[in-house]
Amino acid sequence: MKARILTALLFATLPLAGAVKSAAVKPATARNHAETLAASMPRFRWENFTTANGLPDNHVFAVLVDGDRVWAGTENGLALFEGGGWKVFTPKDGLAHRAVLSLAVDKNTGDLWVGTMGGLSHISAGRIDTYTQLNSGLSNDVVYGVGVQGDFVWTATAAGASRLNTRTGEWSLYNERNTPMAEIWTYAVSTGADKVYYAVWGSGVLEYTIATGRWKDYTDPDGENELVLFKDQGLIHKITTSVSYVDNTLWAATYFGDSHYDGRSWHNFLTKDSGLPSNFTNQVKGLDASRAWFCTDKGLAYYDGVNWAVYRPALDTGKPEMYIRDASGKITPVAVQTAPAHNYVLGIDVQGDDVWVATAKGLSHGIRQK
Amino acid sequence: MRRGPELGIRIALALGAAVAMMLLCATLPHAQAGAPADDHQYLSPSEMTFSPDGRLLYVVCERSDQLLVLNAKDGSILQRIRVGHIPRTVAVSPDGRQVFVTNSWDDTVSVIDAATVDASPNRSTTPGATRTIMTGAEPYGVVVDRAGKTLYVANRVSNDVSVIDIATGVERKRLMAGHGASYLAISADGSRVYCTHVYPRIGAQRTVPQSEITVIDTAREGVVERIPLEGVAGMFHVALSSDGRMGVVAQMRPKNLVPLAHVEHGWAFGHSLTVFGADAGGMIEVPLDELEHYYSLQYGVAITPDKSRIFVTASGSDVVTVIDTKRLLAFARGRRKPFVNDLSASANYVLARIAVGKNPRGVAMSPDGKRLYVANRMDDSLSVIDTVSNKSVRTIDLGGPKNITEMRRGEQLFTTSRYAFQGQFSCANCHIDSTFDGLTWDLEPDGFGKDIVDNRLIEDLSGTEPFKWNGGNPSMAQECGPRTEMYFYRSQSYAPDDLTDLVDYIYSLPTRPNRFRLPDGQLTPAQERGKAIFYRKLSKFGKAIPETNQCAYCHSGPKHTSQKSFDVGTGKWTDRSPIFDTPQLVNIAMTAPYLHDESARSLEEIWTVFNPRDQHGATNDLTKDELNDLIEYLKTL
Repeated sequence: MKARILTALLFATLPLAGAVKSAAVKPATARNHAETLAASMPRFRWENFTTANGLPDNHVFAVLVDGDRVWAGTENGLALFEGGGWKVFTPKDGLAHRAVLSLAVDKNTGDLWVGTMGGLSHISAGRIDTYTQLNSGLSNDVVYGVGVQGDFVWTATAAGASRLNTRTGEWSLYNERNTPMAEIWTYAVSTGADKVYYAVWGSGVLEYTIATGRWKDYTDPDGENELVLFKDQGLIHKITTSVSYVDNTLWAATYFGDSHYDGRSWHNFLTKDSGLPSNFTNQVKGLDASRAWFCTDKGLAYYDGVNWAVYRPALDTGKPEMYIRDASGKITPVAVQTAPAHNYVLGIDVQGDDVWVATAKGLSHGIRQK
Repeated sequence: MRRGPELGIRIALALGAAVAMMLLCATLPHAQAGAPADDHQYLSPSEMTFSPDGRLLYVVCERSDQLLVLNAKDGSILQRIRVGHIPRTVAVSPDGRQVFVTNSWDDTVSVIDAATVDASPNRSTTPGATRTIMTGAEPYGVVVDRAGKTLYVANRVSNDVSVIDIATGVERKRLMAGHGASYLAISADGSRVYCTHVYPRIGAQRTVPQSEITVIDTAREGVVERIPLEGVAGMFHVALSSDGRMGVVAQMRPKNLVPLAHVEHGWAFGHSLTVFGADAGGMIEVPLDELEHYYSLQYGVAITPDKSRIFVTASGSDVVTVIDTKRLLAFARGRRKPFVNDLSASANYVLARIAVGKNPRGVAMSPDGKRLYVANRMDDSLSVIDTVSNKSVRTIDLGGPKNITEMRRGEQLFTTSRYAFQGQFSCANCHIDSTFDGLTWDLEPDGFGKDIVDNRLIEDLSGTEPFKWNGGNPSMAQECGPRTEMYFYRSQSYAPDDLTDLVDYIYSLPTRPNRFRLPDGQLTPAQERGKAIFYRKLSKFGKAIPETNQCAYCHSGPKHTSQKSFDVGTGKWTDRSPIFDTPQLVNIAMTAPYLHDESARSLEEIWTVFNPRDQHGATNDLTKDELNDLIEYLKTL
């Protein structure tokens, strides 16, 4: 399974397997309803960036919006989109490694934290300082996830979680010795004012309560790796890839479906009973307690709490595609002229009404259409 | 040489006197303003600023923990206000109502209500601060924003700038600054704060020193630019012109990548300015030395309101250098290549060298630009310079003791560059403010390219002998005497009494507060775990660790040095011997980079990179968590 995720992460040369056909679309029998629904879901005009127009690499692992600026973590450097152009940072500039996996901005200072395949970099007004497992207390150089909470920088690494106190320089490591973490392959981190969540590949979700300093784990209650026996009993699967904590609500992504937890109840999403285009989800980004974006291997999905919208190049023809799935399961196609650069989606961030999407073949800017 | 028991008695007496003084201060009215202070209560004025109306001059006295308030017109001392320990700099709110003083060893800012400062001279009260505000570690520079709502404080040990809400005293954020962040200046329009730092950036070993001017946008309260300075290490004050088109930084350019040989044929240090901004057309570095004479440790900087002149104190040379700005910029425009290493250049723009008191540090320009006040730190006086005639027109005695103790003489010797060939440098060039410089040097007696070494923190040295990384100097007198004369200064030697005084001063330097210990002296759980590792005798596998491979064997005693030399596997091909003196570990957290040659950029690298065979303590059985714990403990020492 680890080989599978590594392959997924380093998808550079692999064609996407198992293209599925676009959802079957029935003739509209309630045109007004469909039109109203279509109008209520966000529509975008997609502008795609690749090496042809400034990106250092088409494999984009992460994207982060910081006001008017957009950072893209690619396999061959960190790219900054500012003022209509790209600026690229590589190890020659002091970046820890060319493969940039994760990004987080410290909203208090404006500094950027960059997780790479070779350590953690801190970028402040152009200056780059790098932390590695050799020159610092960082637990491992493969930094899949990074998040900022107050004066602390949390990282998700291939050897557990690390927390840097930026005021004292103290590193605290969290792993199988001091947390309920059966696996130490931490894959993503999401920070909030009161809690920090980790997606632990093979070990579900870990919750850190800031006030108490205690850890709690959430894992697949039925214990079945590939089957879901009790759908809303708990986390959908323990192979978690992403977490997003917003409005006291946890959104969790796995390779076998996605989960929503409001502190009391779980609600899970699978392709068979939701609008998810695939259960294989690379990232989830919650907008609030009821809305979220899902980055899957078969397209980008938006969930407004009831309905779903999917954006992608059609899996069979490659033509731009958007469709909406309502609460009853009815699917309505929406005519579009553009689509994200690729249907293998790894990350998303929001810029006002717009979105920026990291894909296997470029970075996409979704410009909201009114 | 006078040391050992005699010195111990003197220190004990000094401590006793200090305690008695503290008790007196706590129970008796403070001394009359202007009256002589206690014989041993030197003032050491270091920094100044004017009230917005130019009526008052505030003077920070590092040694006496005081802020003096002077009537700027006649120089009379209106008040002596007690502040925190080892105050460094002062700022006044734009409305003049609040005065802020950084207390470097308390990690606080004293906030003083200016309304309590009575205008009548010789007032005896010392109201002190109305409140204190917590800062980062070792606050130095301080500025107030134009709205009078936000305080910016440069923290030397935590290498950052605190952004503090004045009304609540809450520190809103810390902004990463340079290594040893120290001095600040705010632009006239209040939009930018500029920060300098005294130690070079920690980078790859034996590379050109790098520094930066950190530029903070006050609207965003964030760093927006880091102006890189290559070859610069040791930046002090920064000043900005009234129109915001020119900035000036006082700095050193160490020549540490070439062997420190034949000082008489080359340089150990260049002393220069960086001029930046629109008037400079970017950034230019300006040498201030001359072909046959050097002006060491440029420190304070001021620009006249009309930008016609720049004044710079050379704190090791006891002069103020006056620069004609127009000539300087014209000269710079005429030179296509950098000229910072051209010692003949300064003749083209230096107007005057004005002799002032000993160890001139901070400066303050009167609002009308007619007078420059200079703090003579080792004289307890201020020099007043007429900025038109470029002459010192007055000296203001701040009322320090008139007798000069041996210790005080030692401190004066430490800061003066008059002993070095052509006045190139003093002890304080490498031991900035009696600390270290963050550089490695190639000293001649070992042979060129051999025995590349750094210098160490020189606090609380008793019990850390011998000196030098090879342990070759059994005493500080030898370290500072023949060795310094022969290999560093290449000039005048210290008279026996001078050497004794210098050594006594160095031995008197106390240890600064350790910021990693909890206030109650307890250790955090991580520090406790690290302590157990430091003192362990068994490996994690239950095997006995040879005594010489236990941390606490070599790093034993109160200073954590056995005062013996060992081969811990850190020798390089450049070292004549792999055997090194065991360094003390006091305040080790602030002295990165590490090892004798600064090859380890962090404490972690000592073991993750430079201890492959477990010679530098048995550490290879440790997990990453455990190594982190060990480091957390070391930081408390």
